[in-house]
Amino acid sequence: MFENLAEKLQNTFANLKRRGKLTEKDVDLALKEVRLALLEADVNYKVVKKFTERVRERAIGEEVLKSLTPAQQVVKIVYDELTILMGGTTAQLNLSHSPSVIMLVGLQGAGKTTTAGKLAKNIKERGRRPLLVACDIYRPAAIKQLQVVGGQVEVEVFSQENQKPVGIADAALKYANKNGFDVVIIDTAGRLHIDEELMQELIDIKSAVEPQEILFIADAMTGQDAVNVADSFNKNLEISGVVLTKMDGDARGGAALSIREVVGKPIKFVSFGEKLDSLEPFHPDRMASRILGMGDLNTILEKAQKAIDEKEAAAMVQKITTDDFNLEDFYEQMQQMKKMGPLDQLLGMVPGMNKLKGQANFETAEKEMKQIEAIINSMTPNERRKPAIIDASRKKRIANGAGVRVQDVNKLLKQFNETKKLMRQFGGLGGKGKRKMGMPFFN
Amino acid sequence: MGFFNKLVSGLTKTRDNLVNQIKSVLSGKKISEELFEELEEILIVADVGVASTMEIMDNVRERCKTEKAKDGEDVEKILKEEIRDLLGDKEELVPPNTKPWVIMVVGVNGVGKTTTIGKLAAKFSNEGKKVVLAAGDTFRAAAAEQLEIWAKRADAQLISQKEGSDPAAVAYDAIQAAKSRKADVLIIDTAGRLHTKSNLMDELKKMYRVVNREMPDAPHDVLLVIDATTGQNGLSQAKVFKEATEVNGIALTKLDGTAKGGIVVAIKSELGIPVKLIGVGEGIDDLQTFDPDQFIDALFGE
Repeated sequence: MFENLAEKLQNTFANLKRRGKLTEKDVDLALKEVRLALLEADVNYKVVKKFTERVRERAIGEEVLKSLTPAQQVVKIVYDELTILMGGTTAQLNLSHSPSVIMLVGLQGAGKTTTAGKLAKNIKERGRRPLLVACDIYRPAAIKQLQVVGGQVEVEVFSQENQKPVGIADAALKYANKNGFDVVIIDTAGRLHIDEELMQELIDIKSAVEPQEILFIADAMTGQDAVNVADSFNKNLEISGVVLTKMDGDARGGAALSIREVVGKPIKFVSFGEKLDSLEPFHPDRMASRILGMGDLNTILEKAQKAIDEKEAAAMVQKITTDDFNLEDFYEQMQQMKKMGPLDQLLGMVPGMNKLKGQANFETAEKEMKQIEAIINSMTPNERRKPAIIDASRKKRIANGAGVRVQDVNKLLKQFNETKKLMRQFGGLGGKGKRKMGMPFFN
Repeated sequence: MGFFNKLVSGLTKTRDNLVNQIKSVLSGKKISEELFEELEEILIVADVGVASTMEIMDNVRERCKTEKAKDGEDVEKILKEEIRDLLGDKEELVPPNTKPWVIMVVGVNGVGKTTTIGKLAAKFSNEGKKVVLAAGDTFRAAAAEQLEIWAKRADAQLISQKEGSDPAAVAYDAIQAAKSRKADVLIIDTAGRLHTKSNLMDELKKMYRVVNREMPDAPHDVLLVIDATTGQNGLSQAKVFKEATEVNGIALTKLDGTAKGGIVVAIKSELGIPVKLIGVGEGIDDLQTFDPDQFIDALFGE
């Protein structure tokens, strides 16, 4: 019952694929499931209605009937419409002014302060000089929290005691001008969209500092009410974009679709965790393919590129295509994989692995990884290079050294040989093979 | 403002939408498939969820037939009864026979755990109980400071360690301190964590184990805090947190917004966890005991 939207649609279309040619009835049946899946994913009721009508219009008719693989075409239509719904192309942050002013607004607990820290880090990495401004004078220790976060990303935090938020924002802007800060990030207190007094405060801050960006921070776990909240903030403040937080959970994230459709403003960032470098640009196409269970290959590729030294990778491919691939190389690969981030995050982005994400035991996988490391560490260099020489007595020694059973060593060697076989098949695929390295080990 | 008025005013905004919708749907209407579909829409928009909504509506349809419902009002009565059945009886936080009464508060990030603890501590203090708070969120920046301010407001004692220390050690210290100071209540705060992070859930299990080891019948209550704006993910949260820490009650926060918190209906019906407390505002006394009758009456505007 905790299937996510991606899985649900995947199942829907898996059925369609088996049915061959599409009829109007098939499309309706599929859309009924799409509709349910979207509702379960917390997409707003009205947005779902609009969306399914749009897909139906496009799906039924010539286009589909002429196609050789009708099911694929429906998948594509759903994907296209989802992409359109979420904003077409990636939206950039407007940092053209000096200082550029960014205001963060939203409900309590959406993740504004954490996002402020992440944004500061992100902007700093672009070579700009951000200043964080603490305007949440209400929540106990909120200013302290921003100061700690600011310290972690090494960005100065501006705060004033016994001042109203409007005064603080105003003073911060002057301070930024004087001291050469070229981006000002204003963290505001969380508030209910129906709290008129506090909404007025935001309106006052807005007119005092004239921000280029007003980012609405939204929790990816939000339900049907997301549209009311976003709409209300937008009507009062004319927001410029949205940041979707807590995307590292298993929330289906339908709020993303709802908010985008209702306020018509782009989602500019998605935030994946509590670490301050987990802010990523929002790519509607990636999100759509993620929703459809096609996986978020682009993101994983980017991560891989960051983590893996290109020369090393090229050398590795060379090795794989020849017969030289040995346990030393495999060990290397595992280290590189580890650099890419926690397994569960990575797997969520791989096509077909979404299913795993829900139930799979990453603990087991990570433990297994550690065990493999220990086993390889207990081998002599020669054994790593030529696994074939590992006989019974060597196995016993290795097992003792690694604190595992001989069966575990056997298992590793068997898996290694299978992987090696598989790798050779991938060899011909070039780039694609690179990405999949190592994965067959985690069965 | 009186206790009841506060509850009603807290729920008023929540219910306004629903009430208006329900009235406009039901008043003077004949029973038709369209009517049922409109009711379905209202439940879904309240975040009750597709599965629970289907279940409720199937029963309503069935009963409308057997009980020969005549009009919209009959349907409303049946619908209310069905939701009432799912929500079950009123369940409150009940102190155990032993002292200290240990309450652990868990949940995902940003739902209002610390604020709920502050309010709860104030409530107990007002009742003349000696309250100790444990700053078990050693992860988030300034979380302990936040709890410290609440502890002062609520006249409670705070047990904390420095940021980054082991939360299980904080729990251990807190149990010892609560025992030696002869406290009536110990409330343990925990860091917000997404239920999908197995290492963080393990950390929580460890806290639970340590508490249980130091005091065999503790924690007596584990409250899962759920934000009323939460959608269907609330079910997943409740399921995983229940597996990890024997959650036996829900505190439903932020009901003073426009969100309806309907996910608690699904959580009760699927997992059997009752709502025990509701948060209806940011004031120190804005925490109420959850009363299903009032909740439904408020939802349906009576």
